[in-house]
This record gives sequence, structure tokens and C-alpha cells, in this order.
Amino acid sequence: MTDPQSPAPRRTPLTAVHEDLGATLTDFAGWLMPLRYGSETAEHKAVRTAAGLFDLSHMGELAVTGPAAAQALDYALVGNLSALQPGRARYTMICAADGGVLDDLIVYRLAGEEFLVVANAANASTVYTELTDRASGTQAVVTDRTSDYALIAIQGPNAARILAPLTDAQLGEVKYYAGYRATVAGCRVLLARTGYTGEDGFEIFTRPQDAERVWAALSDAGAADALVPAGLAARDTLRLEAGMPLYGNELGPDVTPFDAGLGRVVKLDKTADFVGRAALAQRAKAAPQRVLVGLAGQSRRVPRHGYDVLWDGVPCGRVTSGSPSPTLGVPIAMAYLEPAAAGQAGRDGAGRLAVDIRGSAEPAALVPLPFYRRPA
Amino acid sequence: MTVPDELSYTPEHEWVSISGTTASVGITDHAQRALGDVVFVSVPPPGTKVTAGEPCGEVESTKSVSDLYSPVDGEVTEVNAEIDDDPGLVNSDPYGAGWLFKVQLAAGDGEAPPGLLSAQEYERLTANPQ
Repeated sequence: MTDPQSPAPRRTPLTAVHEDLGATLTDFAGWLMPLRYGSETAEHKAVRTAAGLFDLSHMGELAVTGPAAAQALDYALVGNLSALQPGRARYTMICAADGGVLDDLIVYRLAGEEFLVVANAANASTVYTELTDRASGTQAVVTDRTSDYALIAIQGPNAARILAPLTDAQLGEVKYYAGYRATVAGCRVLLARTGYTGEDGFEIFTRPQDAERVWAALSDAGAADALVPAGLAARDTLRLEAGMPLYGNELGPDVTPFDAGLGRVVKLDKTADFVGRAALAQRAKAAPQRVLVGLAGQSRRVPRHGYDVLWDGVPCGRVTSGSPSPTLGVPIAMAYLEPAAAGQAGRDGAGRLAVDIRGSAEPAALVPLPFYRRPA
Repeated sequence: MTVPDELSYTPEHEWVSISGTTASVGITDHAQRALGDVVFVSVPPPGTKVTAGEPCGEVESTKSVSDLYSPVDGEVTEVNAEIDDDPGLVNSDPYGAGWLFKVQLAAGDGEAPPGLLSAQEYERLTANPQ
């Protein structure tokens, strides 16, 4: 039942903590990561109703620094990073020349000439290579800092209340997608109000040697507020309910940001040239080739990644992610559909849209994304 | 991980308990841990003929779906109706309240059918995956 993968996966600065907590560990993109500590459904619900603590140290951190750092990122990425204010973060993507997505990223501008690019673990080396190539010959330096950071996320409605007494930051002033230097539990960190769960929350980049101390301080402070450690299984169902794409599922080299409904991240109005501009400009004007939609299952069988979506029994798309939704109590999925099928299903899908679940057509309904939006 | 001595096992992680000519079947503690939270179990309805080593249902968890294999030859006589309402019983009590179905053995001699693993053998199997 284990995924045979060689060589031995990398440990994070918190792996020993997870082992002490009795976590089920899994090899994820070459890292030994907690999949769950007990019940992933309970962890999921804790994040929706209280708070969860995540080790995300597998994420790749790439520093881009120097007088030309902003210009280098404007060329390398689809976003307008030179317009980003210091202390702010942005969700963006790195694309190939043909417009295909190489990774989705969060970029923090720590200072005028200092950026931190956070990449998915599986893509970190690709992103590093591409950024280095794309910045070559400029006054920007790309450095892989992944080993210099542990990343801890605290997510959920109680997150701010738990974190507040431990930090010198005034959390009321730390806006969504802000990220700047602060202290947590006496340790110097990069504190960001970002996440991948659909809840309010923070991501805390620490030095590796501080990770256990910050984790323990948050655990202790959160004990009275129903904080639980949460693994990658809960993280995946949380992001799916929140309608957030996962690289390798909704995003990949064959997908453009427009396909994924994320054309807004492509800043065609920026003056600088950027890798993929010509292809993406064309793609922005063309009719979509596929549409990312949300599906809700009507039986208890769960649509999974790779299953065909059927319209009147005929394949019209494919499921990219699917799982039982702990919040909604029904199976949910994201899928790419042919535009005609998506349009028709939106008008008149009842009884005609289904997912081929291992040979049987299980009825599904088209539902708006995201599946879950946190109460205002 | 628990592997009760008195049960027999399959390499596909089912357990079977034979009493007279009836076999009770479920999935092991190892299996439920590997699957994570079980959300739905499909079992063969009473009257279904099942064959040892053949798929006869499926177990859906948050992250995956797995085939359920019959450990024995025979006919299904009873299914655990509680599982339909509370699939989590498979996680919380895999060898007890989380049992899945009962089979009237085709052989009918009360002997454990061939091909099943003892608790010791199953423990060795799960200690050395692959």
C-alpha cells in the first residue's frame, strides 16, 4: 500500500515531532510528510471550525535578489511583480513559452530588491532552473533557499487569536496576502497571511532550528482553542472545497491559466515582455477549449482524478480532483469539461451529467466554485 | 497495529472469522489505517455467490478507493447494515462492529479454506510491504 519511491525521502525540521505525534507519514514529492495524525476528516473539520497546524516545509523557497530582481520576475512570471509593494504577496504562475503552466507560486516582496518565490515541492527544481535561466545576464540573483526555511501554517477561524499573543506583529494590520518579517515565540520569522484552506490563517517561515520551538509554542497556545495538527490529506480536501487548484491535477504543462479560470493572473497589460506572452495573448482572445467546473455527486461513490465525465452517457470531460466533502457531506470534484457540455449542463444538466465511476454512470450536478466559502 | 491471533487473513488485507459453516469478513486494522477515514463501503447483497480471491465490493476512503476481495467461496447471507449509516465503524472497530458481511461456506466443513494467512503470516506481510 505504500508508494515505492527511491531514494529515501527528505525529512523536514519537524518530522521527529510528527513521529512523536503518531502521524501516518508519506513520501510526498520526495519529502517525508504527515498525511494525517488521526482522522483526516476530524482534522479537516477542526480547520473549518477552530484551527489546524500544518508542516509545509516541503515547499520550495527561492530568493530573487538584486537591482534587477523585479524586472527579472516580470519577465519570468505572468504577473506584474514590479508593481508589488514591499510587505505584500501575490499569487502568480510561471509558464512555458507555449503558455502551459510550469508551476503556481506565491511571491513575497520582502524589500525593494528582495523577493521570495514559494514553489510546489515537486516543481521547485524546475522553477529554480527556469528562474535562473530567465534571470541570466541581468542584475538579479536566484538562490535556492529551501533548506534555510521551515514553513508552518496555522489556519482556521481561531488562528489569529492563537497567534496574537505569540507575535510582535499587530495581526489586525496584517492583511490578506501581506508578508513581512516579525517574531513568533521569540524567533525571527517571515509572517504571511496566506493559506490553502479557504480559512483565515497564517504561514510562518522560520529558520530550521527554530521550527520545533515555533510549532510547540503554537500547539501550546492553541490547546485551549481546539487547535489540532493537520496533515496533507486534510490540506487536500480543504483546498478542494475552497476551489483552489492543485498543480498536477487542475494545473500542468498542458493547461494554460485561462483553462483553469485563472486568466486574471496573466498581466497582459504589463509593459515588460514575459515568457509565454505571445501564446497567452492569443489564448486570452480565443474561445476556451475546456472549462474548469465544480461537480457534486448524488451518490456516495466518489469521483476521483482521471475519471470521465459523461453527458448523456458520452465522455465530455475528465475529473481533475475529487473527494468526499467533510463540510458538505457529499462527494465533490473539479473537472475539465468541453465548453459546449459545460454550457448545456449549466442550463439543463439534471439527469444528463454523470461521472463514470469504475464502469457505472453516477449522476452529478454542476455546482458553482468554490464549493465552500467561509462565513464573512 | 492489531492482528488478532484467532482470525485468518488475505494478502489483500481482509480478515475472516470462521464459526461452523459461516465466515464473517472485514478489513484489517492495517488496511483501515492505510486507507484513512472510510466514507462508503459497497458489499455484495445477501444471496450473492462470492469466490475466494475475487473482488466482491469496494471501500471508499477520503483519499482512495480499494477493491474488497472475498476470502472464501460461498454465498452471502448477511451484511452489516450499521456500516451504511456509519462507515467510520470500519476505522474505529475493524474486527468488531466494523465487520462487513457473512458467507455461508461452500465447503461447509468448518475448516479454514486454503490460501488464507495466519495472524503471524499476515503480520510478516504487513511488516515488509511489497
